[in-house]
Amino acid sequence: MKYQSQKVALYYIYGALTLFAAQILFGVVAGTVYVFPNVLSELLPFNVIRMIHTNALIVWLLMGYFGAAYYLLPEECETELHSPKMAIIQFWLFMAATAAAVVGYILGYHEGREFLEQPLPIKVGIVVVALMFLYNTTLTLLKGRKTAVSNVLMVALWFVALLFLFAFYNPSNLAVDKMYWWYVVHLWVEGVWELIMASILAFLMIKMTGVDREVVEKWLYVMVSLSLFTGILGTGHHYYWIGTPGYWQWIGNVFSTLEVVPFFAMVVFCFYMVWKGGRDHPNKAALLWSLGCSVMAFFGAGVWGFMHTLSSINYYTHGTQITAAHGHLAFYGAYVMLNLAIFTYALPYLRGREPYNQQLNMWGFWITTSAMAFMTFTLTFAGVVQTHLQRVLGMNYMEVQDQVALFYWMRLGAGVVVLIGVTMIIWSLVVAPRGARVTAGARQPAE
Amino acid sequence: MSERLTKSAARNIFYGGTIFFLVIFIGLTLHSHNYIVNESSNQDQLTPSVVAGKHVWERNSCINCHTLLGEGAYFAPELGNVWVRYGGKDDPEGARDMLKAWMAAQPTGIEGRRQMPQFNLTDQELDELVDFLKWTSEIDTQNWPPNEAG
Repeated sequence: MKYQSQKVALYYIYGALTLFAAQILFGVVAGTVYVFPNVLSELLPFNVIRMIHTNALIVWLLMGYFGAAYYLLPEECETELHSPKMAIIQFWLFMAATAAAVVGYILGYHEGREFLEQPLPIKVGIVVVALMFLYNTTLTLLKGRKTAVSNVLMVALWFVALLFLFAFYNPSNLAVDKMYWWYVVHLWVEGVWELIMASILAFLMIKMTGVDREVVEKWLYVMVSLSLFTGILGTGHHYYWIGTPGYWQWIGNVFSTLEVVPFFAMVVFCFYMVWKGGRDHPNKAALLWSLGCSVMAFFGAGVWGFMHTLSSINYYTHGTQITAAHGHLAFYGAYVMLNLAIFTYALPYLRGREPYNQQLNMWGFWITTSAMAFMTFTLTFAGVVQTHLQRVLGMNYMEVQDQVALFYWMRLGAGVVVLIGVTMIIWSLVVAPRGARVTAGARQPAE
Repeated sequence: MSERLTKSAARNIFYGGTIFFLVIFIGLTLHSHNYIVNESSNQDQLTPSVVAGKHVWERNSCINCHTLLGEGAYFAPELGNVWVRYGGKDDPEGARDMLKAWMAAQPTGIEGRRQMPQFNLTDQELDELVDFLKWTSEIDTQNWPPNEAG
């Protein structure tokens, strides 16, 4: 760590990990309700549990991006942050808004569009938080060195904020509502979030492999070009059955199939850089998370996305457990693992220590990743059976759910293992063993 | 990567191409907006009651158990076509009564069966919700879902 102001990233990383724990706990509760439907049904209905599960995920990922930006911008721009104090105020405001939202959900204060359930004052709060962040980081960028990593990251974060403004537009016509709803949801996760992912991975590769910045940044521009050239029109795969014109089937089929390409490019990029760099970076766990992120994102977002993206298939699978399977592995592979990669990389520097608890962290990696893969398989099997019985044979929804009950048991099992793995990961990141103080040479990054 | 592609060329391709695709996307969205309003949905039947029903739907976060046109949670049945499934096309009064009776009977409390909460909606709210679900079922969704099971 070269710049004092990078320290503010610690707030965001700890905040993100707290919400990560909450997200997984509520996920396990939701999985439990699937197999014991009477559990909590009066006290905390499923819709509230799920709201907290999904919202906690989105918020902690965003918090992780903020933390990552505050960590890497000073190094990229070679200057201190514009205002570390503002970054800390921004953090507490964001945490307070999140806590208020969660308490509100439990008490029944929420809106009702999926993922955008935050009551209006909270949404306004999120915009204020985003503006504070953008003001702070943009001024930092403007006064310092401008690299491709920092430019792409900042373009992406500006678009994250701009696209969120569509959350305030809720037309009465449901079909119109759904069309613009995807401006937030799709253009985030299959658009500008991929830019965040590629730029953070590029930063990690520069630091850990020692490959020349020029090479990495050229790759970065190619990867993010592929992401947006396919991802923007790839939105078409959400416009098949919501009242939008039939031509979206052509556009969605072609462009969303191509959405696999940028994810494949990221796998090739990460492995090629590690191979080319040939450098022995001491933080093995951070390297594992970086490589794992590219691979699991390729499978979760790429392969599992492609599996049901063609309109002729999606006609039958749309809104079944297939979608749930894809959603779980895509978010885990692309964005959860990305955050854990940068956290694992940055924390030793932020705390002035050698990379610590590497074994435990890597065990956490393998256990959580395997369990997420297994969860995805069980949901995929459930989805295939559901698609056939319900969508092809026309069997009643609840009867079909009884038929796939076994898969929900296995999913709960996978969820419990994820909880164990995540506990190991968080422990390995937060609890530093005594005597792991850094020695002089170890804290020098590559480059 | 090829030496012929310089970093600044790659950067220009990124920004130029993104603007190009964004313009196409926004253009198509505007066209689709028009198409929805004029052709695929009954904009003229978007009565105050249907609009109020959409708010009832949202206020109770129905989307976090059910799907609506395939989007939402996957814990409870699809409701985009529930009006059709309940026979609303042939017997609108009967379907309305059945839907309202269903809502009133929740939660069933049956052991081992998924529980829908009691939302304590007024009779007017129930009517509005049913109007919204009826209106939704009439959107031209390219024949989705494949059958009445939703």
